[in-house]
Amino acid sequence: MLIQERSRPGRRAPTQAPLQTPKLPDLPSHLCRTQRPALPEVSELEVMRHYTGLSQKNFSIDTHCYPLGSCTMKYNPRVCHALAMLPAFLSRHPLAPAEQGQGLLACLYELQEILKAVTGMDAVSLAPAAGAQGELAGVLMIRAYHRGRGESQRTEILIPDAAHGTNPASAAMAGFQVREIPTGPDGDVDLAALRSALGPKTAGIMLTNPSTLGVFERNIRAIAEAVHGAGGLLYYDGANLNGILGQVRPADMGFDIVHVNLHKTFATPHGGGGPGAGPVGVRAQLAPYLPVPLVERTADDGYRWLTESDRPQSIGRLTAFGGNIGILLRAYVYARLLGRQGLSRVAEFATLNANYLLARLRSAGFTLAYPTRRASHEFILTLKPEARAFGVSTADVAKRLLDYGYHAPTTYFPLLVPECLLIEPTETESKQTLDGLAEALIAIRRECVENPELLHNAPHHLPVSRLDEVHAARQLDLAWRPTVGEGSHG
Amino acid sequence: MNELPTDLRYSKTHEWARLEDDGTITVGITDHAQDALGDIVFVELPECGRKLAADEPCAVIESVKAASDLYAPVAGEVIAVNAALRDTPEAINNSPYDEGWILRLQPDDPHALDSLLESTAYAQLIADES
Amino acid sequence: MPFIPHTPEEIIEMLATIGVSSIEELFDEIPAELRLKGLAGVPEALSELEVTQLMQARARADQPLINFIGAGAYEHHIPAVVWQLASRGEFYSAYTPYQAEASQGTLQVLYEFQSMMVALTGLDAANASLYDGASALAEAVLMAVRANRQTRSDQILIPRALHPAYRRVVRTLTEPQGIELIEIPYDRKTGQTQVEALAATGIEECAAVVINQPNFFGVLEEVDALTDWAHAHQALVIAVVNPLSLALLKPPGEWGNRGADIACGEAQPLGMPLSSGGPYAGFMCCKLGHVRQLPGRIAGRTIDRAGRSGFTLTLQAREQHIRRGKATSNICTNQGLMVTAATIYLALLGAEGLARVAAACCANTSLLAERLSAIPGVGPCFTGPCFHERVLHLPVAVPVVLETLAAEGILGGFDLNPDYPELGAAILVCATELRTPEEIERYAQCLQAILASQS
Repeated sequence: MLIQERSRPGRRAPTQAPLQTPKLPDLPSHLCRTQRPALPEVSELEVMRHYTGLSQKNFSIDTHCYPLGSCTMKYNPRVCHALAMLPAFLSRHPLAPAEQGQGLLACLYELQEILKAVTGMDAVSLAPAAGAQGELAGVLMIRAYHRGRGESQRTEILIPDAAHGTNPASAAMAGFQVREIPTGPDGDVDLAALRSALGPKTAGIMLTNPSTLGVFERNIRAIAEAVHGAGGLLYYDGANLNGILGQVRPADMGFDIVHVNLHKTFATPHGGGGPGAGPVGVRAQLAPYLPVPLVERTADDGYRWLTESDRPQSIGRLTAFGGNIGILLRAYVYARLLGRQGLSRVAEFATLNANYLLARLRSAGFTLAYPTRRASHEFILTLKPEARAFGVSTADVAKRLLDYGYHAPTTYFPLLVPECLLIEPTETESKQTLDGLAEALIAIRRECVENPELLHNAPHHLPVSRLDEVHAARQLDLAWRPTVGEGSHG
Repeated sequence: MNELPTDLRYSKTHEWARLEDDGTITVGITDHAQDALGDIVFVELPECGRKLAADEPCAVIESVKAASDLYAPVAGEVIAVNAALRDTPEAINNSPYDEGWILRLQPDDPHALDSLLESTAYAQLIADES
Repeated sequence: MPFIPHTPEEIIEMLATIGVSSIEELFDEIPAELRLKGLAGVPEALSELEVTQLMQARARADQPLINFIGAGAYEHHIPAVVWQLASRGEFYSAYTPYQAEASQGTLQVLYEFQSMMVALTGLDAANASLYDGASALAEAVLMAVRANRQTRSDQILIPRALHPAYRRVVRTLTEPQGIELIEIPYDRKTGQTQVEALAATGIEECAAVVINQPNFFGVLEEVDALTDWAHAHQALVIAVVNPLSLALLKPPGEWGNRGADIACGEAQPLGMPLSSGGPYAGFMCCKLGHVRQLPGRIAGRTIDRAGRSGFTLTLQAREQHIRRGKATSNICTNQGLMVTAATIYLALLGAEGLARVAAACCANTSLLAERLSAIPGVGPCFTGPCFHERVLHLPVAVPVVLETLAAEGILGGFDLNPDYPELGAAILVCATELRTPEEIERYAQCLQAILASQS
């Protein structure tokens, strides 16, 4: 039932708003509404029960193992939330003077420094509000860099065919043409195809490493040399940084620009789909183009914001104020808790967990997409043999896994691998949890043989059975509306 | 096995084209293409009067999990679109060669269809792709 | 090891299962010369106690001032229920609801949020939010250029009386696509954007006209006339609105003869703390005919195999994970957690509560403006009707006044001079429902004393 359907005319949660009805402001009547908006009329207890009940219909990291590939669903430490929610941080106005935000700015400045250290870059801006905005900032900087050198004919961005859809979407938003580069049979970029695509129009390449295929791109130095040789720049999509944190730095691989997904690698919450944060780091020659604002340490050991007037070559502002500051604070607390050793251990144990799970599933008969390769922090199974033999789809297996109490891995991505599951257990899951997940997948594989119908009709134990997405798209129902007479007249 | 009428011509991008008695060309997507897309939920149609070059993307066919461009199999002007698809896009699934037609062109070159594949060659193309 | 549960015995077992002798061996595909020897630039680990002490000390350094600034971010009372519920782990630590059956909580919240935004704006459809109000406007501009089939124009009329930061963000995000922004001046007497100013551009048609209600100065625009002018010139109308104001003001869907086509804005006033600027949430609504050009996630109601009602993400073929380079936007996330807070806030307040908050803000700001205008040399800049913000001119340069007020614990307003030099010494002030008559009096007395000492 919707909160709107719980509504009863005249019921209220009266203590939440000013008790007295203030004198209605003297607004011109032709600019005022004539009918009250159809918002719910419910009590505080109803609100409490309704949303508590809804929360219980969610899988989440706090309740379930969530091995969603390329999403890094690791534990979100609660102390990060608690400290970011300290009242002084919450109540500070974005336009308050920097003198009244020195504590906050110190945290942000130090986070910039930590991100420089883990990426190897020379300068960092925390401004992008999400990974996709970090990507966009990255390609806008590529554009600004070439234009600054009088090379505006560089209009092409190269992107491997295994890339996440955001890469080409971001490049297109920045006004670039996208050229797809094929992947070789072992999961590395096809180097010959890359070389033949390079030329005077090349602005740069967008790469994820480890790639979305769950392997480390071994030719990265050769790729960097070729792209730089053609006058292009290398952009590092930080989607999979968790797999190499503290082990390899994007700058050392030859990248010029990087974005970091704090909601993945730095354990800030996914919140049911956001807010994230996607800081960008660059080499020195690109630093003038970083998005504003940035935090600078002043001569007297204080901190201040750098804005448009300080940074005339900046690609500009991406949100009205400073991005998702509260998320940046959570990431800062996380980085301080882990420290230098702890951050390096992240990649070690993420990789251990992925390779352990892979080994267990391989020995149980599952087919790996790249059997000759070492898994990074994630790996891909293809269910093509099961689909052929038993008529079950990857979606069937994913939905059935929900019945076993595990969130499904990423399905049908990357598009290159048919019937694929992209599995990323993360470092915070225990061996026991991984064993349980392996046993569940093995049991489901047995069900493929014995009772495929069970899979076709899964899930069976969730609040709803399989939802009809075709119906949703053909009979669009995007908002509740009051039936006639239900909207109250004000 | 998908249906493949022998009186139509086909493109490598899975459109079919039919020469009508009045010299116009009707265009749709093949049974194989609709099968690969799955349940179609929306079709974005071009405006009548639009001039198309051969291979120009001119409509978008959406399923829940995919969106696929329709490419003009030959150059010409759009003279009609199948407006019924706005309400019943599933006609492409149910009847790809008949009720599921997408648009009609006045071709620039009356012999343009000769450049497209015959059904046997298209059948071979599908076989090679899989 | 923080947040890593493995025991030494388990590590040995796991390595044996994999068939390697050390964790180090798992990185054997990475070229050896690239391997890093430690993260020297990162400090040593702190315990939870130590990091708590550190953050508390930093928070103490940031003691808040009595806030009289709005300017796009508004300090309102947030009921305790809002973040008690939104902080539940099941909301906080869930991912994007791609597995709909395991995400009915998040999906239903999104659907309820969309329904509330539709109710407030009077339009047909809403998305599940964008990053913030400014980036939502930029997306609305891109959307309008795609959606406007009557003109091939890439020109957008954008009022100078729109938040300067919004104008900057729109420029950052639309310039690469060749969109031309034409700034429309405001009337120096009323503070309004007038139809005559639109007409003075000499433009016969354009892709869209942005109408800001209330505008950055807090002044109410004559939205009906502006909307009708835009539609007469083949332009779509993009409304930029404060959702709180919609408790009282005419919804964009009813502006002019045909209503606005797109409405967007900042949802921060609905239960989101100021937090130095984020995270907030942008919202966007539109007429049904444009829904396939709407960027961002959209939740829809559907049925399951047993015919029960349920929710799923829908219209995903617009989005980057399917449409790639041809997507409506590159955005992947919405601001899910903030939207959860906004939905709970609106459920608690309802139409009556929201109207009371809006009216209290208007009343407090009126009181503040009157009280400050009684000080010699201080007075309103504009004659147009206002919502909950006012522009006041000062007799002396603004920065020193604001600095002195800050030393007295008062955040006295937003200095308009850098963005609007034509206004001379002017500040934008706001008193939300949180401000008490005593605080307003204290501000007035401090300001009076400062000005007296300056003259």
